[in-house]
Amino acid sequence: MTDLTKESAAPASPPPAKPEDKPSGGALAFLFSHQSGIVIAVALLVALAIGAILIRYQGVSPFYAYETLVKEALFVDGGLERTLVKTAPLILTGLAVVLPLRVGLFNIGGQGQLNLGAIAGAWLGYLFGGWGPLGAVIGMAAGIVAGAAVAAIAGALKAWRGVHEVISTIMLNSISVGITWWLVQGPLQAESAKVSHIPQTEEIPEAARVGSIVGIPVSFLIAVALAALCWWVLGRTTLGFKFDTVGKNKHAAVYAGVPLNKIIVLSMVFGGGLAGLAGALEAQGTLHRFEPAITGSLGFDGITIALLARINPVATIPAAFLVGVLRTGAGGLQFATGIAPEIVDLLLALTLLMVSIPVLGKWIFRSRADKVQASATSWGN
Amino acid sequence: MSWITKNKTTVGAFVGVMIAAYLFYFISGVKATSMFAYAWAYAIPLVLAAMVGVIGERSGVVNIGIEGQMLVSAFGAFFAAAYSGSLLVGILVGMGCGLILGGFLAWTSVKWRMDQIIAGVVLNIVATGITSFYYKPGQQLPGLMPTWDVPILSKIPLLGPVFFSGVGVFATAAILATLAIHFALFYTRWGLRTRSVGEYPSAADTAGINVERLRLINVTLAGILAGMAGAYLSMDGSSSFERGMTAGRGFLALAIMIMGAWRPLRAGAAALLFGFISAIGNQLQADKIITVAPQLVGTLPYIMTLVVLAVAAGKVRAPGAVGQPFVKGDK
Repeated sequence: MTDLTKESAAPASPPPAKPEDKPSGGALAFLFSHQSGIVIAVALLVALAIGAILIRYQGVSPFYAYETLVKEALFVDGGLERTLVKTAPLILTGLAVVLPLRVGLFNIGGQGQLNLGAIAGAWLGYLFGGWGPLGAVIGMAAGIVAGAAVAAIAGALKAWRGVHEVISTIMLNSISVGITWWLVQGPLQAESAKVSHIPQTEEIPEAARVGSIVGIPVSFLIAVALAALCWWVLGRTTLGFKFDTVGKNKHAAVYAGVPLNKIIVLSMVFGGGLAGLAGALEAQGTLHRFEPAITGSLGFDGITIALLARINPVATIPAAFLVGVLRTGAGGLQFATGIAPEIVDLLLALTLLMVSIPVLGKWIFRSRADKVQASATSWGN
Repeated sequence: MSWITKNKTTVGAFVGVMIAAYLFYFISGVKATSMFAYAWAYAIPLVLAAMVGVIGERSGVVNIGIEGQMLVSAFGAFFAAAYSGSLLVGILVGMGCGLILGGFLAWTSVKWRMDQIIAGVVLNIVATGITSFYYKPGQQLPGLMPTWDVPILSKIPLLGPVFFSGVGVFATAAILATLAIHFALFYTRWGLRTRSVGEYPSAADTAGINVERLRLINVTLAGILAGMAGAYLSMDGSSSFERGMTAGRGFLALAIMIMGAWRPLRAGAAALLFGFISAIGNQLQADKIITVAPQLVGTLPYIMTLVVLAVAAGKVRAPGAVGQPFVKGDK
């Protein structure tokens, strides 16, 4: 979280980032250097408080509701494992937003990339199911390729035709929904499901599924490893430096000889690949097949997670865990109290709202320090 | 006459389209009328939403949140009408929802200088959250939206049945808004100021225009149009509200705005083109001329958007200061 200050780049006049002096000593200095973390915590508390009022209004005790939610997500038998299974794709879709955003591109196409990644992963995972774990790896690779391919379209359109990535990725989301529905009701529909017209693909055989090792889902381990890898690439390699340079000052980057178009496409391809992998893992690890409902709101939650994490790759892990807890607990909440699981959408939206509008940081710290943005995007060229 | 020579391409294209449309009409009257009527019904919310984009970007603010504005308005309009039993209340609530969210977007992006794209996307997420939590199935509108025939004009072949008979509130609003915004943007003091604020805010500031205030007012008031676009979806287009019913139309509208080169009339024409291509897709499907899966036909508008943007984006130029917050004193 400490590199919030380093991310500060106003869209109009991005100055070259100077290395900030480390704040030295004292509780106050610590607070300031971890400002964004505190802002997020306060935002979450306020959101939960508003949520409590809404729950109260529905005739349920808010304490009981939240207790149920947390219990269901963490302390019920197998609850933690379910939460981690849920967290894994969320980390990946969060990273899928983080990487392009470092370059100044807002990839809101995680939904579509994940969707196509899921169907590719489910289908190849089934085809190569006889190969055991190797089949699972092939399925994951297929997911990565599918997601990356969709994102590459958006990246190429941005790089060479100046089409804004927000519009193109949203359009690709809708297109991917159409394509997967067609596939799952046509060429890829499972034989057994054809009679009853259920939209689903063939089931992945037991051996090629992605399971758990001593209670920790493999998908979660993969996601955490990739988050660390992203952190390393962004913070410690030339490529990551190029990403940040383009994100902070495109003109300076071009002047310094960074191949702008290549970086743009590459960041989208990386992001899309991660979202595609999230889809493949979701198909191989939970439903063991593709169904249109598999996407849920995993892709859009990635936006929330990336902004909560202030586009820090490692911070996506706690952010995704938070969303995972809420989403997993919501099922139990509905079962116990009848409150619609969409309460989570509302809670997350409120948190995101308060985290992303700069006013909260201003109130808490009575400074304009938090006016700096997590990141800046660009419109037009 | 001088106007015609000055706008050769526009007039030429208009005449060409009209001739083609009437040729089609004389070859197959019923089919042409129904296809054009479908195209216009498809275009109405897009036209309204595209105007929101035009006003915003002409004054230098990107409005990615149109989608969310439409969704909340569709929700508010439908349930207000269902609970109050009055269609008028529904329409007004829809417009009010759009206005409030427009004000929210204006405040975050102009006053707080938050990144405009992120502000818009956050708005969309909030809109999805609110509407899906409070959604209740099984509600009904108190009645059908009133429609009327415009005298004389509705007797024109083809154009009459498509545009002037069975006209509803939103269709009228879409036509009037397009004409009024075009006129206001290019022939009034407000329009000149708006364009200067979007093109070169520091020059406008030097000339004594209050840049922030004008942007705030424009983006907020444009929300009313987004509200109407949303209300159309749930009250006129389908008479029910469903979760996520905007289905990317707010973004289609932005594409239409770009295709229309940030000009209201051209954007209106582009929206009609979108509607018509969608109609062609459906008609070919219905006539069994092509047998593509219906799920794929449904993606046609989105694919078209990508193609159109890929072709058009390099040829048109966005307002100079779009997306950039204005800080007084900065150059």
